[in-house]
Amino acid sequence: MSRYLAVRAAEIVVTLALMSLVVYLLIGLMPGDPIDLMIAGDPKMTSADAARLRALYGLDRPLIERYLAWAGQAVQGNLGYSRSYSLPVLSVLGPRLLNTLQLAGLAFVFSCAIALPLGIWAASRPRSRIDYLINLLCFAGMSAPPFWLALLLITLFAVSLGWLPAGGMADIPANASWGTALLQKLRYAALPVMTLTLVQLGAYTRFMRSAMIEVLRQDYVRTARAKGLPERRVMWGHAFANALAPVLTVLALSFGGLFSGALITETMFAWPGVGKAIYQAILDNDYNLALVGLLMATFATIVGNLLADLAYVWIDPRVSIAGTAP
Amino acid sequence: MVRQPRRPPAGAAAAGALGILGPRTSRPAVRLRFCSTSATLTGMMGRLYFLALALCAFCLPAFAKDELVLAMTQTPGTMNPLISSMLAKSLIHNMTARPITAYDPSWKVVCLVCTGLSTLQNGKARLVDLPDGKKGMEIDVELRPMRWGDGTPVTSKDVAFTLEVGKHPLSGVASSEGYRRIVKFDIKDDTHFTMTVDRVTFDYSNIDFQFVPAHIEKPIFDANPADYRNKTAYDTQPTNPGLSFGPYRITELVPGNRIVLEPNAMWTGEKPHFKRLVIKIIESTAALEANLLSGNVDYVLGELGLSLDQALAFEKRHKDKFNVLYKPALIYEHIDVKLDNPLLGDRRVRQAILMAIDRKAISDKLFEGKQPVAHGGTSPLDPMFNTAARQYGYDPAASRKLLDEAGFAEIKNGVRQNAKGERFSIEITTTAGNRVREQVAQVIQSQLRQVGIELRIKAEPPRIFSEGLNRRNFSGLAMYAWVSRPQGVPRSTLHSQEIPSAANGWSGQNYPGYANPEMDKALDSTERELDDDKRRALFADIQRIHADDLPVLPLFFRVDAFVLPRQLKGVVPTGHLNSSTLWIEQWRWEE
Repeated sequence: MSRYLAVRAAEIVVTLALMSLVVYLLIGLMPGDPIDLMIAGDPKMTSADAARLRALYGLDRPLIERYLAWAGQAVQGNLGYSRSYSLPVLSVLGPRLLNTLQLAGLAFVFSCAIALPLGIWAASRPRSRIDYLINLLCFAGMSAPPFWLALLLITLFAVSLGWLPAGGMADIPANASWGTALLQKLRYAALPVMTLTLVQLGAYTRFMRSAMIEVLRQDYVRTARAKGLPERRVMWGHAFANALAPVLTVLALSFGGLFSGALITETMFAWPGVGKAIYQAILDNDYNLALVGLLMATFATIVGNLLADLAYVWIDPRVSIAGTAP
Repeated sequence: MVRQPRRPPAGAAAAGALGILGPRTSRPAVRLRFCSTSATLTGMMGRLYFLALALCAFCLPAFAKDELVLAMTQTPGTMNPLISSMLAKSLIHNMTARPITAYDPSWKVVCLVCTGLSTLQNGKARLVDLPDGKKGMEIDVELRPMRWGDGTPVTSKDVAFTLEVGKHPLSGVASSEGYRRIVKFDIKDDTHFTMTVDRVTFDYSNIDFQFVPAHIEKPIFDANPADYRNKTAYDTQPTNPGLSFGPYRITELVPGNRIVLEPNAMWTGEKPHFKRLVIKIIESTAALEANLLSGNVDYVLGELGLSLDQALAFEKRHKDKFNVLYKPALIYEHIDVKLDNPLLGDRRVRQAILMAIDRKAISDKLFEGKQPVAHGGTSPLDPMFNTAARQYGYDPAASRKLLDEAGFAEIKNGVRQNAKGERFSIEITTTAGNRVREQVAQVIQSQLRQVGIELRIKAEPPRIFSEGLNRRNFSGLAMYAWVSRPQGVPRSTLHSQEIPSAANGWSGQNYPGYANPEMDKALDSTERELDDDKRRALFADIQRIHADDLPVLPLFFRVDAFVLPRQLKGVVPTGHLNSSTLWIEQWRWEE
C-alpha cells in the first residue's frame, strides 16, 4: 500500500508540474498583459510608466524565462504575490478555499445523501410511476441553468418570503456564541448549497439508478432473491456495494470540479470562493493567482481520483491495489 | 436619525430565545430540559414549539441599528491608494481619507484637506522661471489640522513621503506623471508646504491626490522600495486605524466579500450619522437587485451599481419604496473610427455615418430619454461646452448625399460600393456581455443598412476588446466609453502624440490614429491657458475641429442610476470621478 501511495504521490507531483507549465504558458499567451489593463484604466499613464512597470513585474522577459523564475521560487515554497491584491497568493486563496470547501462539501454531502437513495429507489421500480417522476425531476435539475435556479431561489426565499439572506457570507460579531455563529453561517449558506445540490442531484441520481439497474440484472442478485432473502437485504447488502464502484468514479471527478466549477453559484450569491477568484484573476491578468488557483483545482481532482481508487478496494474485494484479483 | 429595525419585535424575541440576539439565552435550555424529560403530548408540543422557534430564528435576517449595508459590483484590489486607480477602491478610500482638493457635486473645485484654494489672485500660486528656462508654478498649501486614526497629526511630511513613493521607479505606482511634475517640495512646517510644478496648467489649484501616512508606510517603503507594493500596510494591516483620517476607518476587510467601516474617533469634521457601514461585494447585478429587494442590502452605490436599463425597470416596479436619481455622468459612450481604414478615411463618410444614426430615437426607446445625446466629448453640463460647434441630427437623406459625394454612389444588393468595386462593409467591435451596447450596435446596424452601409457586429470579451484597442487592432469601428473630468482636456484621446504604437509601449488612447496639427496646437494651448475666457475659446476650437473631422462618433453621455431607499438622505451624485462617498458624513437615515 505504501509503495502504491508513493507512486501515486510522485504522479501527482509530475502532473502538477506539467499543469503549471501548461497553465502558465496558456495564461501568458492570452491577449494583453496586466500593464495593458492598467493603461486602459488610467489615461495618465505614459509610455515611460508602461515600460517601468513591465520591467518591475518582469513582463519584459520571455514567457519561459518567467515560468522558470516562478517555478524556482515555487519549489522553495514561495508561490508569489497576487498582483491585484498585493498579497501572497495563498493568503488570498486560503480563506476562499475554506469557503468553497464549506459550500462544495455541504452540497456534495446533501447531493449524495439524497441522490443515492433516490437512484436506488428508482432502480428498484424501473418504469414505474415513481421512476418516471424521479427521472423527470432529474432531467429538470440537470437542465436548469444554475444562474436561473439561483435567481429563482433568491426570489422565493429571500425576496418573497424573506426567510433567508439573498447572498454574501454571515457577518458574525466577535462576541457571538458558537451556536449563533453556526446558525448565521447556515442561514447564509442555505441558498447557495441548495442551488448546487439541486444542480448535481439529477446527474448523481441518474448514475446511481443506471448502475443499480445493471447490477440488479446480475445472476447473484437473482440467486439471492431465489434464496428468499428480504428485498432490503438484496438491495443494500448485495446490489448497492457493487453498484457503488462506477458511481464513485463520477462522484470523485465531480468533487474535484466543484472547487473551480461553483463559479456561477458563487457569483450569484456573492460567495467569495475559489471559482470566483480564479475567474476574476484570469480577467485581471493576475497570473500568479490564476495559476495557483487552477493548480489547486487540479490537485483536488487528482486527490479525488486517488480516494476513489482506494474506495474501490474497500468496497469491492475483487479489486486489489496491484490491479489483480486477490 | 438612525435606521430602524425592519422586522417585528416578536420575531426578534424568537431569535433572542435561541441566543441570536444575545440577551435571552437561558429560556431554550429550560425548554429543552422540559422536553427531554417528558414523553407526553405536552412534551411533543414542546418539541414542536422549540422547533418552530428554531426555524423562525434561522430564517430571520440579522440587523443592527445605526448600520447601513451598502453593496457594489466590483472587488477592490490593493487598498493602497497610490498603487493603482480603481473605482471600487476610491469609493471606499473616500470614506476613510480625502484628496487635498476635489470637484464637488456642482463641479467646482473645493478644498477638502486644505484651508483654501491656492490661486494666482490670492497670491498662493505664482508663475516662476524654472532652471531649465521653462515656466512653472509655485503653489502654497496649508493643511487643515487633522489626525490619523491613531492620533498622529496629518502633516506636510505625509505629502512629501507620498511624492517620494510616487516618483520612485520601483514603488509600483502605476501613473507617476503627476508626481514627477512636482519638481520641488518645500516643507515650511507641519501644515504648510510649497510645491513647484514643472509647467503652467489652468487647473493648478486642483491638487487631486490622496496621500498616505508616513509614520506607518515610510519604514515599510524604506526597507525595500521594490517590495513596497506587496508589503504596504493598506493590504497587510488594513484595519490599522492609522491609515485613516476621514470620517470612517476600516474595522474589517474580507477580500472579495465585505468591508466594514466604523467612525474614526479622530475625525474633526461633521460627525457621521451611521455607526457602522457594511459594504458587500456582489458582482452579479441580478443578485444585487434581489439583495436590495430582500432588505439584505440598504443601498447599492450608484457609481458601481445597477445599469440604467435595470434601474428603469426597477423604478417601475418598486417606486413606492425607492427613489431613483438619474445623474448624467462624464462617461462618454462613443464609436472610435479606425482612420487607417481606406473606407473611413474621408471625413464626409464619417459625417454620413453619424447622420444615419438616430441617436435620439435610440435614447428614447432604450433609455426612456434619460441618456442625453452627445455632440462631442465635452458634456453639455461642462462650463467649457461650446454650443456653436456643429451638431449632427438624424438626416438619412443628407447622409446618402454625402456618401454619393465620397464616391460610394452605386448600390449593389443593398450595399454601396465605390468605383473600384469595393463594398462599403465595415465591422463594429464592442464589449460582449454589455447588453445595452449590444442592443445599440444592432440598432446602428439596421440604421446604417438604410443608407447602404453593411455593418458587421463583433462582440468580444472586455479583456480581448481592451487588448485590441490598446494595440489599435480593430478594423472599422469600436464602441465603448471614456471617463473624463470637468474641464478635462482630451489630450490623451485626440493628440497625435497619444497614438499607441510599439515605439511608445502602446500607451496613449488615440486609438483612431487621429493626427491634426491644428488640434494638437489647440490641445497644447488649452492646457497652458490660465485666462478662463481665452481657454473657453480654445476649448471651443477643440470641439469645432472635432465636430468637423469626427475621428470619434459621439453617441451618449451615460447616466448613473442611484437607487436610493426613501429613508436614506444626503447622498448627492456627482457625475464625475470624485464620488458621492467623499461626503459620506452627510448620509443619514430618516423614517
